[in-house]
Formats: sequence, structure tokens, C-alpha cells
Amino acid sequence: MFKNRLKDVDLSQSFIFLILLALLFTFILYPLIRVLYVAFTEGSSLSLNHFINFFERALFKEAFLNSLIAGLMAVIFGSLISLPLAFFTIKYDFKGRTLIQTLGILPLVMPPFVGAVALQLILGRSGVFNLLLLKWFNISIPFMEGLRGVIIVQTLHYFPFIFLNASASLANVDPSLEEMAQNMGAHGLRLFRRVTLPLMMPGYVAGVLLVFIRVIDDLGTPLMLNYTKMLAPQAYLRVTTIGVEDKAGYVICVIMVVLSLLSLWAAMKFLNLSEYAMVQRGGTGTPISKKIRGWKLAFVLVFSFFILGISLLPHLGIFLLSFAKVWSFSILPKSYTLSHYIEIFFRTPHFVKNTLLYCVLAAGIDVILGSVIAFLLIRGRVWGKGLLDAISTMPLAIPGVVLATGYLRVFHGTNLPFFHQPLTSLWVILVIAYSARRLPYTLRACYASMQQIHISLEEAALNLGANRKRTFFKITFPLMTGGLIAGGLLAFITSSVELASTIMLVPRMEYGPLSYGIYIYMQSAVGRGPGAALGVIAILLVGIGTYLVNKVFAGGSGTAFKL
Amino acid sequence: MNKATEVRLINLWKKFGEVEAVRDVNLTIKGSDFFTFLGPSGCGKTTLLRMIAGFTRPDQGTIFFDEVEINDVPPWKRDVGMVFQNYALWPHLSVFENVAFGLKERNLPKSILQEKTHQALSMVNLEGLEKRRPSELSGGQQQRVALARTLVIEPRLLLLDEPLSNLDAKLRIQMRHELVRIQKDLGITSIYVTHDQEEALTLSTRIAVMSKGIVVQVGTPKEIYESPKSQEVADFVGTSNFFRAQVVEEVEDRIRVRTEEGFLLMVDKQEGVSLGIGSNLLLNIRPESCQIFYPHEVPSDENRIEGIVKTSAYLGSLVQYEVEVIGGKRVKVNLVNPRKKTLMKEGEKVSLTFSPEDIVAIPLK
Repeated sequence: MFKNRLKDVDLSQSFIFLILLALLFTFILYPLIRVLYVAFTEGSSLSLNHFINFFERALFKEAFLNSLIAGLMAVIFGSLISLPLAFFTIKYDFKGRTLIQTLGILPLVMPPFVGAVALQLILGRSGVFNLLLLKWFNISIPFMEGLRGVIIVQTLHYFPFIFLNASASLANVDPSLEEMAQNMGAHGLRLFRRVTLPLMMPGYVAGVLLVFIRVIDDLGTPLMLNYTKMLAPQAYLRVTTIGVEDKAGYVICVIMVVLSLLSLWAAMKFLNLSEYAMVQRGGTGTPISKKIRGWKLAFVLVFSFFILGISLLPHLGIFLLSFAKVWSFSILPKSYTLSHYIEIFFRTPHFVKNTLLYCVLAAGIDVILGSVIAFLLIRGRVWGKGLLDAISTMPLAIPGVVLATGYLRVFHGTNLPFFHQPLTSLWVILVIAYSARRLPYTLRACYASMQQIHISLEEAALNLGANRKRTFFKITFPLMTGGLIAGGLLAFITSSVELASTIMLVPRMEYGPLSYGIYIYMQSAVGRGPGAALGVIAILLVGIGTYLVNKVFAGGSGTAFKL
Repeated sequence: MNKATEVRLINLWKKFGEVEAVRDVNLTIKGSDFFTFLGPSGCGKTTLLRMIAGFTRPDQGTIFFDEVEINDVPPWKRDVGMVFQNYALWPHLSVFENVAFGLKERNLPKSILQEKTHQALSMVNLEGLEKRRPSELSGGQQQRVALARTLVIEPRLLLLDEPLSNLDAKLRIQMRHELVRIQKDLGITSIYVTHDQEEALTLSTRIAVMSKGIVVQVGTPKEIYESPKSQEVADFVGTSNFFRAQVVEEVEDRIRVRTEEGFLLMVDKQEGVSLGIGSNLLLNIRPESCQIFYPHEVPSDENRIEGIVKTSAYLGSLVQYEVEVIGGKRVKVNLVNPRKKTLMKEGEKVSLTFSPEDIVAIPLK
């Protein structure tokens, strides 16, 4: 028995497998373990003291609650926006529904911290909206103050996750299941409550949990709005101001990981259930969409475009700001200029250049790692696939702040041979962090595209005389390229707007990428123009990337953002 | 039990984009009928069924249940039970909850709801599986749940959309018997959609053969099989041999015809069909109506054609031959009960004979 199993193990594959495992261990698992170790030890013995201290301090308790509240609120408001939108665009047939579906993903195209700045301009204390209110009614509403501002920005930014996942699962509900219910006498709201809603639940819940994870994870928005009483900014402040020796920072990291892990685990569990919404065998599966007109149509259109209009305000704001010469205490900029673009392209070109360099490298690394890991997981003859799978999926549950803290902890003190300085002083640390953070996405894209290649396609090539190597390059690899490109693009666009790990790990100002540049510029009033110009560049990068990903995936708009 | 519902379809039309799915259909389905819409895929039979269920609105025409027009009645008020091809069992509900769904919609008291649900489940022999989810059932069991769920609301009409097509051959035959039994027990008017002619012939009291949106013939299974009114019907229901021919003379209650290939054949006159001398017609001869012999075995020249065996397939209960006759046409011949008979080999010369009453003449325009 044991001998037979040994035969199934391929030695050269096992060698690659071990190298991979060592890499993933060093840059994903070990930093996390060190964070956990610091949080759970006192001196050299295990202890929960740091956690007890944490929950005894009012500030931390408040930060913990605020993060939960923000997550909850973003989910609630996001659902209020997304569920009607999803229902309208899937169940009703009217002109403009494709437009709504497309506009519905646009909020994701903007980095949330850019959105935060833009919304300040529009809804802030001296933003457009309040200026109008002051002028007409002599009142002002403090939308953007404190936690409220954070929740507004995060809701408007992250609701597409719910919208996309809910739409997809709603569209997947087999129409005959609803027709059968009508046939049995159910209709209207009752039909929705008893049949449609339970069937679309798994996809919807997955979207909700995804939003929750992102909100907990989000460092940029609270920092930009200057509101620090939340978990991510607290961890960031502890580690950057007090130093890597401060225990409280690590405790916050552990709490964030636990929250993410719980949500992720629940999301996966619900997604496993969602298979049952799929069209069953046989049958004619064209979703029923009812034509609507009259006041119903008017209501749907007004609701949809009102919501989408608001969620696209930040895009407009940032665009205007990037061309504005002076824009303060006025409804629209007083005069326009190109100087901000000149600034970012000629005076500080390194932000854009660094982004391109780091993200292309990170995407390349992820594509190579992703395809090799996918190959080993699907076709490999090695032991311990489960471990490989688990470690490479783990970054999904590691917030950027936590990974960065772990890196500082592990690599800060030790000089690298030949370089005579620690890894954290080199720009490569950013490339490594991006690669580690995005590996799960790329791996999933590679895994999916390899899974679709039936083994018989390869066996046919082997049977016709091609050896294993030729088969891989002639058959397997060409069939996978779509998935590889999509996975690489996905890693590229998400890395280019990564802020949390960036601001913690940037070794020197001139090594900073675009997201760092935006953050730095936005700190001062005169920097807002160039910051906005960088923001426009970021939106363009992400927008084009998203468009290309969807083209490659050919799964309709937003495929890349579904869990 | 109330009197079973009669369904009348009057001048029904339905277009999907440029495709005319249903064209001017007129049908009366009598109470307690087991009525089948039979036709190839895309012939409009499912559209017709969905119009009766209320999921598709006719562009033109009227649907009556008994004497009441129901065009504007929504599906949930029609009180018809439909069994979907894919069963459409709700995966988030248990077997019991699936079956009880319609009763719950009707706000029945809990005790009656439970009693009726159990009754329905025992009618289809599914006692004891109440708590299972649909995904934990076999195909045949899912089928029974779908049926029980539909019957439990005691609908005035039972609609079945190819309900047996997802089952394997043995189960399909078993379910066929069960369907007939249940339908007879309940006396409920049933409309069945299928493309399987064997299913249609065994199940139905009456059949409407459809093609390209039109009802081409309505009749009992025997009428449809034995007296098809067009080549289409004859071709779709069973297999057949066709000869184009012209009437050359009338002989008492028979006619003599000459086929395109030059064969002279005697054919029984058909009721209600007048065929003058010189009129064109299509002869339709079922394979099992052809007799096959070695030439020396046949004494007379009446209704006899010579040919050469091209293929032969032994199926146990019958032998299927293809015989090439003069002019190159291949005639399909089924020799039933081949026990103790010598099998004819490929290349052998044979004679085919036909009884005048077995040849169906279809007038051509």
C-alpha cells in the first residue's frame, strides 16, 4: 500500500513543491505566526493579558465597536441600495438596464481613499452640497464628520460587491422554480419571500460578508477622513508611532485576522450552498423578465439613477479637482489648469513609474506562482496539496495592516547578505507584499482556467506522440492563457491602489508608488490638486484593467469582483 | 368529484420575435381526457402548454376552461397543476414542504394540510422520505415528488411537460403505468407534452400531432398510427414507406394505382376520401405491413414487388430488412416473430407483397 502510494509521487514536482512551500511560509505564514506570537506571549510564556488589557482600554473598545458598526452599517445601507437594483435589473426588462448594470460596478474602479477625498469636496463641511444648503436655507449637514463619513464612503464604494453577487445569484435562479410556485398559487411578495429570496440568499450573503471583510480591512478611508477610532488605523498608529515593540498593535492585528477569517469562512460556507440555485438539468432556462412601463418604470429609473448618480459623484469630484486651480468655498472651481498633471508627470514622475514597476513585477510573480500552484493542485503528484492550498489562500483573510506589521516584525532587524541593509529598507518589500496579498486572486483565476481543461485533451496529445513537456506548452499552456492574463491583470489593478500595506512599508519617499503619492499629497491643501490628478490616473488604471479582465473572462460585467 | 374540466383553445396564435411558435390552433380537450401534444422539438407544443398554464400570453385567440374564458386569469389563480420537465423542485425546501407548498398558499388548517400531504405522498409511494431534500432523492423519486406536489392541490387540470424524459428507460415505462393509473383514479383532465411517439401512443386517449406551430392531425392513438392524414404525421409517428402514385382505375371498393416507379398496386378506398381517376396520392405502408418471401413462395402477381435484400438486422422479436426495389428505392420491412424462419441474407432476391387494406392512401394536392 505504502509502496504504491510512493509511486504516485513525482520527485521533481515534489522539489518544486518544497521550494514553493518555503516561499509561502516565509512571506505569508511566518510573519502571521510572529504577529500571533507577540500578541499571545508575556515575556516568554503564553498569556491572554494583552487581550484583557486591550478590552479594558476605552479607546480600543471604542475602535473595536466602531469597526463592527461601520461594517454592519455598510452592509445594511449597501443592501438597501443593491437589492432593489439587482431585482430591477434582473427581473424587469426596460431600456437602460444594461447601463445600470455597467454603472453599478464603477464605484469599485476608484480606490476608496480617493473616494473619501472626493466626497469631502462634495458632502464635506465646505463641500458643494453644504454650500448650496447654506446659500438656500442657511443650514449645513455634517455628513462627513467622524464615523458617519467613513460609513458613507465605504457604503458607496463597496456596495457593488453585494449588487454583483446578488444579481448573479438572482439570475441563476431557475425560472421554472418560480413558475412552479405561481402554478401553486403564490405570486408577488409572497412568491419573492417563499421561493426567490431563499434561493438567492447564498450569493447575497457572500456579497455581504465580502463587504464586511473589506470595511474591517480598510485603512485608507479613515486615515483620509482623519478618523482614527477604528481597528485598522489604531493598529497602524501603534506600529508606526510607538514602534514594532508595542503589544497593542499586535493584539489589534489578531482581532482583525479573526474577524476576517470568520467572515471568509462563513462566505465560503454560503457559497457552497449556492449551487442549488443553479438551473437544474433539462428544462428551458431563460430568466423571466417582465416588461414594465408607466409609473413602475418611472420609479425604477428614478431610484436607480438617483443611487448611481450619488455613487458616481466622487468620480466627478476628483476629476474636477484634478483640473481646478482654486476650489475652496465655491460650488465649482473658479478656474482651471493643467499644472497638476504637469506636476505629477514631470516633477514627481516616480509615483506613477514605481506603481507600474512594482505592480507589473507583483503580477508577474503571482501569475508564475499561481499557475505552478494550480498545476500542482490539479494535476500534481505530490503529497500535501491541502497545505499548499491553505497557505496560498490565507492572504484573503490577512488585512494589509497585519501583513505589513508582520513583515516589519520579521525583516526589520536583520541585514540581508550582500545588501547590508534589511529587506524592509528595499523597495522589493512592496513587490513582495503585493504579490502575497494578491496571490489568492490570481491562483483562483489560474485554477479555474486549468480546471476547465479536461485531462482527455492532454491525454489525446500524449496519445498522438507529444511528450509531457510538449503537451504542456502546446496544449495546456495555450488553453490557460486567458485565465493567466485575467489573473495577472487582477493582481495588477488591485495592487496599484493598495494603500494599507504601502504606507506602512514604503522605505523612503522616492520609493513610494501612486497610492502613497495620493496619500502624501492629500495631507496638504496645496497638494490636493496633484493628489487628485494621481487619483484620476489610478481610476484610469483600474478602469482599463477591469474592462480588460471582463473581456478576457467574457463573463459579463463585474465577473472579476464576484467572490 | 366534480365534473372534469373541458379545455377549448380557439384560434390561438403566438409569435416570439420573428418565429411563429403557435399558428391558429383550435382544439377541444374533453373532460377526463388524457390528451397529448406530440411533435418534434420546436413545434410549439410546450408554448401551447404554457399558454394553458398562464405563463405565456397568446397574441391572439381565446382559452376556455369549461365555459369560462381564462385569458386574463394569472397563473396563480388558474388552479391548474403543472409538472415541469426538470421537476422544478425547490432545493431549499424538504420533500414535505415542497408538497405542502400549494396547500399553504391556500391557507388550509394545519391538520388538513398534513393529512393531504401525507395522502399525496403515499399515492406516489414516497412515505418516509418527508424530511429529505430534493438533492437527496433519485431521479424517479424527484419525479414522484413533483407529481405529488401538483396533485395535492386537486387541480382542475393536470399539465405535464415531458415529465419522463429525464428518467432511464425502465423507470420511464414504470412511471408511464403509474401516470395512467393515477389519472384514471382521479378522473382529472390531463394534457401531456412529448416528442416520444411511443409514450404518446401508450398513454393518451387522444393525440394532437403538431408541426411548425400547427396542429396537423387530431385523433385516437389508433387513428393517428393507422390512418395518418399526411406524410409528416406518418413519418413522425412510427416509420413508414412512401410511394407517390396516380389512380388508374376504380374496381368496386378498391382502386388501382401506378407508382412513380411503375408498380401497379391495389389499394382499399378510404372512408371519406374521394379519389377520382388521375388524381395524385401518396401511399403509406408501415414496415410491419410488408410481407417478405423468396420469389418462388408467392403464387400470385397481385400487389407484389421484386427486390434485393440490402441490410438485415435481427432484433429478436423481429427482423428489420431493407429491400432495394426497381428504381433504387429502399423499402423497410419488419418481419414479426421470426422464430423458425430462415433469415434472408444480404444480396438475396425477394418478393414483397402488400394487402390492399394495409396501404393508406393520402391525397396530394
